[in-house]
Amino acid sequence: MGFYERFAEFQLDVLQEVGNIGSGNAATALSILLNKPVNMKVPRVRMLPFEEISELFGGAEEVVVAVFSRVEGDAPGNLFFIISLESARHLLQILVGFPAEETGRGQVFTEMEVSALCEIGNILSGSYLSSLGDFTGLNFVPSVPAIALDMIGAVLSHGVMMYGAMGEHALFIETFFSQGQHAVEGHYFFIPDPDSYAKLFEALGVPLA
Amino acid sequence: MIQTNIVKVGMADLNVLAGSGILKTTGLGSCVGLTLYDRVKKISGMAHVMLPDSSIARDGVPNRAKFADTAVPELVARMEQLGASRERMEAKLAGGAQMFAFSGSAPETMRIGPRNVESCREALRRLSIPIVAEDTGGNYGRSIELDGDTGILVIRSANRGVKEI
Repeated sequence: MGFYERFAEFQLDVLQEVGNIGSGNAATALSILLNKPVNMKVPRVRMLPFEEISELFGGAEEVVVAVFSRVEGDAPGNLFFIISLESARHLLQILVGFPAEETGRGQVFTEMEVSALCEIGNILSGSYLSSLGDFTGLNFVPSVPAIALDMIGAVLSHGVMMYGAMGEHALFIETFFSQGQHAVEGHYFFIPDPDSYAKLFEALGVPLA
Repeated sequence: MIQTNIVKVGMADLNVLAGSGILKTTGLGSCVGLTLYDRVKKISGMAHVMLPDSSIARDGVPNRAKFADTAVPELVARMEQLGASRERMEAKLAGGAQMFAFSGSAPETMRIGPRNVESCREALRRLSIPIVAEDTGGNYGRSIELDGDTGILVIRSANRGVKEI
């Protein structure tokens, strides 16, 4: 009997709402930054077996831009803001005005560009967590963000280590957002620590199973 | 036959192969890809180790491939069932990176990569299996493929190209 079979359907709905509140606010922040409308899909709450984590997106070797915040406070967890290299380039063009021909080819970004992307991730993660804090009354304290341009599998596996002791799955609260026709597309992944669910449920008035 | 037999190894997973073919695992971050090879019998094994020590397992029936201290003996046993000999096994390690750099004191979970590597070395030492090559540490992800005919380990990374050990 795994750790998650204990979750009831309505509890998963609550976690979906957690994703909705957080990423809704982050999408608004992105929209303000870009001065363009940003679309967001209904968040998905998924228990992924470890072996499938690598298969997200275009496979484990797909290189992405990932901004990672370790979240401490009442309900600790890991928050990732992940976009493709192409989206990162578009984001830099729209936001910072780096001209297309200077934002390089392939996986090459300048130090300034990487720093700008990290700051964008920081702003979005901050708005994700602040609305989550308002909604739940819990205190979320994000670390200074860290950025990696690397294989999606290597990046995300870092966020699920806490689940290693619990079983063979990790729980992801995932939201997809986009701006324009594939111009900027990305994902938020919130991965609460296994011990944080009880606190999230309690804060939202949901009975523990 | 031109088609190569590719055996995938997932995260917290292990697998073995006798003869020709490729053992492959992708997206190693702080996880360690540990391979064993018996050159005489051409029997190979690969584990994608996630955590250093099984003592932290809270789920009763731990997956032995997940932890360094249990994955190594398990992999050795599986290879021995195929006819490999422990005396002939040689090990290679890849991965164990620290994916994100943080300023200030890093919490313990951020150091999981180096601890995984250390624990793999210790488990191999206990079984007197030599490590003939390794590409560990750093701050970048890796994908690896072990060639069942030669025991050569090919390591790919996003920004550092391909290398063989």
